[in-house]
Amino acid sequence: MSISTATTGSGSTAGTEAGAPPLRTRPRDTLARHRTALIAGAALLALLLGALLLGGGTWPARLAVDLSGPLGHASDWIIDNRDSHPLFLYFFGHISNAVVLSVRAVYLVLLAAGWAGVTAAAGLVAWRVAGIRAALTAVAAFAVCGVLGMWVPTMQTLALMAVAVTASVLLGALLGLAAGLSDRVHRALRPVLDTMQVLPAFAYLLPVVLVFGIGVPAAVLATVVYAAPPMARLTALGLRGADAGVMEAAASLGATGRQRLLTARLPLARKELLLGVNQSIMMALSMAVIASVIGAGGLGDRVYQALASVDVGAALAAGVPVVLLAVVLDRVTAAAGERIGAGPSRRTGRGWAVAAAGTVAVALVGRYTGRLSWPDAWTVDIAASVNRVVDWMTAHLYSGVPVVGGTADWAARFTTWVLDPVRDGLQWLPWWIVLLLVAVLAQLIGTWRTALTAVLAMAAIGVLGKWDPALDTLSQVLAAVAVTLLAGVATGVAAARSPRLERLLRPVLDVFQTMPQFVYLIPVVALFGVGRAPAVAAAVVYALPAVVRITTQGMRAVDPVVLESSRSLGATGWQQLRQVQLPLARPALLLAVNQGVVLVLAVVIIGGLVGGGALGYDVVFGLAQGDLATGLVAGAAIVCLGLMLDRVTQPAGKETRDA
Amino acid sequence: MRSRTIAAAAAFGLLALTGCGAADMTKQSSPYADAHGAKTVTLSVQSWVGAQANAAVAQYLLKHELGYRVDTVQIDEVPAWDALSQGRVDAILEDWGHPEQEQRYVADKKTIAPGGELGVTGHIGWFVPKYFADTNPDVTDWKNLDKYADRLRTAESGGKGQLLDGSPSYVTNDKALVKNLGLDYQVVFSGSEAAQITQIKQFAKEKKPFLTYWYKPQWLFEQVPMTEVKLPAYEEGCDADPEKVACAYPHTPLRKFLNARFADAGGPAAEFLKNFHWTTGDQNEVALMIADQKLSPEQAAERWVTKNESTWRAWLPK
Repeated sequence: MSISTATTGSGSTAGTEAGAPPLRTRPRDTLARHRTALIAGAALLALLLGALLLGGGTWPARLAVDLSGPLGHASDWIIDNRDSHPLFLYFFGHISNAVVLSVRAVYLVLLAAGWAGVTAAAGLVAWRVAGIRAALTAVAAFAVCGVLGMWVPTMQTLALMAVAVTASVLLGALLGLAAGLSDRVHRALRPVLDTMQVLPAFAYLLPVVLVFGIGVPAAVLATVVYAAPPMARLTALGLRGADAGVMEAAASLGATGRQRLLTARLPLARKELLLGVNQSIMMALSMAVIASVIGAGGLGDRVYQALASVDVGAALAAGVPVVLLAVVLDRVTAAAGERIGAGPSRRTGRGWAVAAAGTVAVALVGRYTGRLSWPDAWTVDIAASVNRVVDWMTAHLYSGVPVVGGTADWAARFTTWVLDPVRDGLQWLPWWIVLLLVAVLAQLIGTWRTALTAVLAMAAIGVLGKWDPALDTLSQVLAAVAVTLLAGVATGVAAARSPRLERLLRPVLDVFQTMPQFVYLIPVVALFGVGRAPAVAAAVVYALPAVVRITTQGMRAVDPVVLESSRSLGATGWQQLRQVQLPLARPALLLAVNQGVVLVLAVVIIGGLVGGGALGYDVVFGLAQGDLATGLVAGAAIVCLGLMLDRVTQPAGKETRDA
Repeated sequence: MRSRTIAAAAAFGLLALTGCGAADMTKQSSPYADAHGAKTVTLSVQSWVGAQANAAVAQYLLKHELGYRVDTVQIDEVPAWDALSQGRVDAILEDWGHPEQEQRYVADKKTIAPGGELGVTGHIGWFVPKYFADTNPDVTDWKNLDKYADRLRTAESGGKGQLLDGSPSYVTNDKALVKNLGLDYQVVFSGSEAAQITQIKQFAKEKKPFLTYWYKPQWLFEQVPMTEVKLPAYEEGCDADPEKVACAYPHTPLRKFLNARFADAGGPAAEFLKNFHWTTGDQNEVALMIADQKLSPEQAAERWVTKNESTWRAWLPK
C-alpha cells in the first residue's frame, strides 16, 4: 500500500526524479521513429517461426524444473538442525535473540509509561515536530485505540514497528549511502531495489519462516526486508541529486570527502531522507499486519483472529488503530520533512525540554495513580453495531435485488463472462505466444531492456512449473486492473476538475490506502461469495485510491496556459479533456497503470484466503501446512509475475530518469 | 537537526527510566511474555472457533483462578507444532492428529510432550444442508451424488458440481476422494474457514443446495443443520496413501500437546492444562456464544465458567 501512499501522498518521488532527457544520436532517432513498425515486423516473424517450430499448448514439461524435492529436504534439514548446527547457534540465533530482546525492551517501556505517558509522549512529539493540529490528531488517535479496547495490541504492534523501522531505516540508509557514493554499487543495487518494491508482501513471508520459524523474529525480519528498500532508494536519490554547484564550492573550499558528505551532501538530502523514513514506516505498518500470518501478534493478530470467526466488527476494531497509527505517523514524518527546510530556531531546545518534562510528568502521574493499563470502563464495543450494518448489507444486497440483481449475481456473471474467458484464453494460448505478447507490450511501452526482463521473468514462471496457476492469477490481475483503471481514472478526472470533490475524497482515500488488506476480505466474501470475484473486488478497492490520486495529480499538472489557450480556441470541456488534458497527462496515466498493476497483484495474492485460488492459494497452503516447498515455489512465481507486470507497464521515460 | 535528535533520545531515555524494575527477564521466547512481572502462558489458537473456545475458557481460568497472564497467538496447525517445539507457544489445546509431526517432535526430538485428551472427538466429512437432504433423501449416499452435480454447480466449479472445501491448513483428502470415487465434482477451496462459513450461511439463507467439507464438533450446525453424506466406510489404514484414498475420514479423539520444558517446569499452569477436559457440548456452547452471539471470547468463557463450576474445579491443581 505504502508504495503509493508515498509516491502520491507525500510529494511525488517519480516527479522529483525527472531530469533532462538524454540526448540521442541520429541513427537511434531514426530507429525510434520506426519503432512501432519494427516491433510489429519482429513480432510477425516470431509468430511465424513459433507456429512452425514450437506448436501450441501449455508450457512444456521438459522445460520445467521440479524444485519441491530439494526444497522439502532443505526445510527438513533446517528443522532438524535448528537447535544444534553452528550456523543457527552462532548466527541466526543471535539475530533472533536480538530482535526478541529489543522488541521486548520497547514493549516494556511502552507499558511502563502507561497509556497516559504514551499518549502524552505522542502528542508532545507531534507538537514539536508538526505543530498543534498534528498533536491533537495524535492524542485523539491513541485515545481511540484505548477506547476500542485495543491498547495492549496497539503497544505490541508499536513495539514491533519501532524495532523494525529502526532496523530498516539504518539498513536502508547504509545501502543508500553506498549507492549514493559509488556508481558501481548503485548500478548493482538499483535493479534489486526496483524488484523488491514491486513484490507482494505475502511473498516475503516464507523464506524468513523457513529460517526463523513462526514468531516475532520472523515477523520483524520480514518487515525489515520489506521496508528497507524505499529508504535505500531515497537516500541514494538524495545523495546523487546534490547540487553540483554546491559540491563544487565545497570542494574548492578544501573540504575533504568526509566533510563534504557530512556538511553538504547529507544536509542537502534531508528531505529525501525524511521521505524515506516516512515510506519505511508506512510499509512496515502494512507488513506488521500481514505478518500476523506468521505470528507477529499485536493488532494484526486481532484482525486475523476476528476474521476466523467472520467477525467484521472485531476485525474493524483492530483495523481502525492500524489506520490511525498510519495517519499519525504519516502526518508527523511528512511534516518533519516539510519543516526541515525552514531552519532550526533558537527555541527548539527549550520546546523539546518542555515536551520531555511533560511526558515524564504525565507518565509518573499515571504510574502513581495506578492507571497504567487502559481502564476497562472506558472501552466501547463497536463490533456489535458494525456487524449489524454488515448483516443488513449482506441480507439486502446479496441477491434478489430487483432489476440490477444482487451482488452475488454480479459476482457470478463477472466470473463466468470475464474471469473465465480471460483465464481460459490465456491458458489456451501457446506458451510462446504469451511470451511474445509480453515482449511486444513491454517494448511498446518501455524499452528493449524492460522487455527482456519481462520475458525472462515470464519464462522463469514456466521453468518453475507454475505456468497455469500463474496465468490464472494473471487473468485476475488483468480483470481487476481493467476495473480499477476505469473507475479510478474517471474519479481522478472528476476530482481534478472539482476541488471540492477532491477535498471530500482525500480522507476516504487515506483510510482505504492504510486499512490492512485483511479487513477487506470478509465483507467482500459476504457480498460476492467465495471465489475469484471477491479477490478481484478486494484488489480493486485497494488499488483504486492510488490510481485516483495519480490521475488527479497528473491532470492537475497540465500546464494551465495550454488549457487557457485551448479554451480560447473554442474547445468545449469534453474536447479539452480528451484532446489536451488526457494526452498531456499520459505519463501520469502510465504511472497509474503501473502502480495499479503492482497493488492489484498484492491483493489478488492475498485473495488466496477467500478462494482466489492459483498462486495465492499455494502460498497460503505452504504457510498453513508448513509445506515450504510448495509455498516457496509459488512465492518465486509471484515474484516473477510481479516483475513481469511491472516491467511491461514501465514507461520508457522512467528508466532514463532514474539512472 | 542534531540537537533535535539528542532531545528526542533524551525524551525516550527518560520515558524508559520510569519503567525500570517493572519486569524481570526470563528465557521465554515471546517478547510480549511476562510483562509486568506476571507469570505468562502463551496458547496457540487455531483459526476455527472450537479452538478459540478451548483457549478462551483456559485463559479465563488461568487468569482468574491461578493468576496468570495469558497470551494467545493464532497459528495454523502444522506451523503451531514447530512454534510449540521452540517454546514460542506453551500449549496446543486441540490437535486433530499429525502423525508425522508427532514422530518428529515427541518421539525423536522430545521437545514436545503429550498433554492428554481434550475430551472432544472430532470427525471430518462431507455434508449437505438438512433442508436439501429432507427433500432428496438419497443424496446422503455418495453413489447418488453425481445425480445432483447439476444442481450443485457454481461459477467457480465450471461444468461440474461444487464441493466446497475450507482452509488449506485443514486435514483434507477431498481432491483424491473425488478422483478415486470418480465423481463429477470440482473441489473449490474457499481459502479460509471464515470464507467458507460466510458462503455456507449465504447458501442457507436462500435454501440453496450445497455440498461441503465440514467437521464436527462445529457450532455452525446449530445454525445451519447439516446431514453427513456417507462415504465408503473408514477402515484402519485406508487413508495411508494420500493419493489413493477412497474412504471416509476417521473419528479422531482430539488431543493436547505441551512444550516439553513447560510441561516439566510450568507449575500450576502446566498441571491445569493437562487436566483440562470437557465435552463436545461444552465446547459448542462456548463456540456458539463467540461466533454467533458475537460475545468476546472472554465474556463467553465467563458465562460458561459461572454455570459449570463443578466441571472446572476438577481441573485446578490440588
